[in-house]
Amino acid sequence: MKKMLIALALLALPGLTMASSGGSHLMTAPIDLHNKASLQKGAQLFVNYCMGCHSLEHQRYNRMARDIGLTDEQVKDNLIFTGAKVGDTMQNAMPKADAKKWFGVTPPDLTLIARSRGVNYLYTYLLTYYEDPSRPYGVNNAVFPNTGMPHVLWQLQGMQKPVYTVHKDAEGHENKTIEGFELVQPGSMSPPEYKEAITDLVNFLAYVGEPIQLERQQIGIWVVLFLVLAFVVFYLLKKEYWKDVH
Amino acid sequence: MSTVDAVDLGRRRFLTATATVVGGVGVAFVAVPFLKSWSPSERAQAAGAPVEADISKLEEGAMMTVEWRGKPVWLLKRTKKMLEDLSTLNGELSDPNSEVASQQPSYAQNAYRSINRETLVLVGICTHLGCAPTFRPDVAPADLGPQWKGGFFCPCHGSRFDLAGRVYKNVPAPTNMVVPSYRYLSESRVLIGVDPETA
Amino acid sequence: MANTQGTTGLLGWIDERFPLTKMMREHLTEYYAPKNFNFWYFFGSLALLVLVNQILTGIWLTMSYKPSAADAFGSVEYIMRDVDWGWLIRYMHSTGASAFFIVVYLHMFRALIYGSYKKPRELIWIFGVVIFLCLMAEAFMGYLLPWGQMSYWGAQVIINLFSAIPGIGPDLSVWIRGDYVVSDATLNRFFSLHVIAVPLVLVGLVVAHIIALHEVGSNNPDGVEIKKVKGPDGKPLDGIPFHPYYTVKDLVGVVVFLIFFSVVIFFMPEMGGYFLEHPNFDPADSMKTPAHIAPVWYFTPFYAMLRAVPSFAGTQIWGVIVMFAAILVLFFLPWLDRSPVKSIRYRGFLFKAGMVLFVVSFLILGYLGALPPDPLRTALAQTCTFIYFAFFAALPFLPMIEKTKPVPERVTEQ
Repeated sequence: MKKMLIALALLALPGLTMASSGGSHLMTAPIDLHNKASLQKGAQLFVNYCMGCHSLEHQRYNRMARDIGLTDEQVKDNLIFTGAKVGDTMQNAMPKADAKKWFGVTPPDLTLIARSRGVNYLYTYLLTYYEDPSRPYGVNNAVFPNTGMPHVLWQLQGMQKPVYTVHKDAEGHENKTIEGFELVQPGSMSPPEYKEAITDLVNFLAYVGEPIQLERQQIGIWVVLFLVLAFVVFYLLKKEYWKDVH
Repeated sequence: MSTVDAVDLGRRRFLTATATVVGGVGVAFVAVPFLKSWSPSERAQAAGAPVEADISKLEEGAMMTVEWRGKPVWLLKRTKKMLEDLSTLNGELSDPNSEVASQQPSYAQNAYRSINRETLVLVGICTHLGCAPTFRPDVAPADLGPQWKGGFFCPCHGSRFDLAGRVYKNVPAPTNMVVPSYRYLSESRVLIGVDPETA
Repeated sequence: MANTQGTTGLLGWIDERFPLTKMMREHLTEYYAPKNFNFWYFFGSLALLVLVNQILTGIWLTMSYKPSAADAFGSVEYIMRDVDWGWLIRYMHSTGASAFFIVVYLHMFRALIYGSYKKPRELIWIFGVVIFLCLMAEAFMGYLLPWGQMSYWGAQVIINLFSAIPGIGPDLSVWIRGDYVVSDATLNRFFSLHVIAVPLVLVGLVVAHIIALHEVGSNNPDGVEIKKVKGPDGKPLDGIPFHPYYTVKDLVGVVVFLIFFSVVIFFMPEMGGYFLEHPNFDPADSMKTPAHIAPVWYFTPFYAMLRAVPSFAGTQIWGVIVMFAAILVLFFLPWLDRSPVKSIRYRGFLFKAGMVLFVVSFLILGYLGALPPDPLRTALAQTCTFIYFAFFAALPFLPMIEKTKPVPERVTEQ
């Protein structure tokens, strides 16, 4: 019986590793949800650059304030531009119908974007805009080709051009893949500064995706410790009663 | 099976008791989230947040209503005459000195049941069965009798309150009307739902 | 003596009117279970625990959930964010759904290896398979409720299976949805079925399952009938009262289970996208299909079978038939298996090897069902589907080919 179990476990292993290795071409976002300063900077970036088009319709301002270490007054004075109350959710002011007319598609709500796409995707997406005159906004994206979103952060990042490598496949066709980028027009931030800003923004979106996550893990530690204690007690109880049987 | 005399009954009882306690504590822990989930949600709290009222345009003797937590809150600017009449009614009231503490914050437990003498802030709900009383500032009208000095009259079961929301004797309503917590942001702006900062 | 149970006082008063003490004795203190239960025997009581968890958390979720296409997605986020502790209740429910299937699959595996479906326990097994079917229906309909992209498109795909039925198919799938696509009407009726209809049936079946079990008595890893060897007091020599011995033992199992359960809830509630699929954090959109639709992990073995069967004679009904046959064949297991012994311990090499192949095939199918198909995977899925059915098909003939080992009179000590 034991042998069978081990065999089953071994069979299951490759499945697990293969399932987790998907999307390896994405960069790893070095986010830290414990870093309140980063979260605050991310919130600032979000309301300044993203919220014109994207809402966070399930996130309340006051909940955000509490969780990332701001007061309601600070949020009111620095982060609310829409006339919303501090207990409201973070809706943008743009009507959805107008948005559809202007962009061809309603800019999606971003409350859960970090949970549906993953933080690494967001991080890579925001770092890999590049110049492409064939596109309506003159930019394209490496992880989301033909993206419908303009490069709203270009003044910060500047503009970059892709560096291609060319491979020939078996039939002699040329395939171009993007190897890296070179900055052709610097922005107001240096590349490391820009990376840090994007890290803050992604960090903030990761928080917004599940505001409870830090607290959840803390509670979890206590729950598991309690259960381990309970295990000891119940195990001793079982041993005691089963003296009758053995 | 081993014989009964080999069993350490004391140890067994001790372990059973310990396990019962640990299990009970566990169940209590689990119950907490389920019970707490019934308290007002963030959305309800946001909807029930303090409400601001601007009383700068309120004339003497006039009343305005704002909604706070789904309830009408009255703001009445009382005239000098109204305020003077209040003290003459004490004998006819069940709780003239507002001794039932639950019906007003401590800073409104005074002769006028208010922070500023003139302005009464009151939850407009009858303490009998929750109807909305009508504002009757008129003195000695035909339907309320010659003794009426102005006040609130509940049409449902005829409860009567004076212009400080104090209940008359021998009416169905048992207590004075509720004064909510409130504070003055300035001379003319009242924030309903929070206590004064110095309270 | 106040009554036949010999109880007095309040308990006596009750016992004269309601068989409380009698039931306690029949099902707990004087229900004799074999003393040689091993690891595999934890999963029955655990399934009961998870059922209670699902019902309780489900009732609480219903208090804040809104079953409408416009509000469903938002109401789940409302539970996750605005309701005090709502996140915990929701994760307990979503993790509980997966835990239910883990526990039930292991419980069924136990029955397979120890022959717990064999005479006289055929009805216990049949009730169990119906419970499994209900559970699948319950999980499928529950999965629509968050109204995310996977909820929506998963339901779309599965309901469209019914349109493969010749003749009535297309009309049938429209009737199930109550609309031409999965819509508000579908969501509302699935909600009703998920929160009340199926759970009622499920609880009734669980009661029947346990009554049937306690009527004939539990099987054990040796497949020995303990009732055959009784002591002078009329009690089975190899039996011990369920309470206290198995209650204290099962409680240890419960605590261990809860440790694993809590680790998932508090540290990995999405379980890498297997318990909560990432695309389901996007609200349902009838205009945009996700790149890759995979059912939740507990359905993937059957989904892989469905895809493995090619359509021919102008219809894709064959895959649907195979998928449902994979579950229906379980009903016939008690009569397909004609071996004179129950437990795998006393069966021959062929049965053991067949069991390993069967389980491995099922796991591979589960793995393949979560991946997009390609020719190699489809071929592998076809092989595994064949092995799955071949296992059942071979059972009646096995006793003709291989001998079993002698079964002891009494249960063996571990």
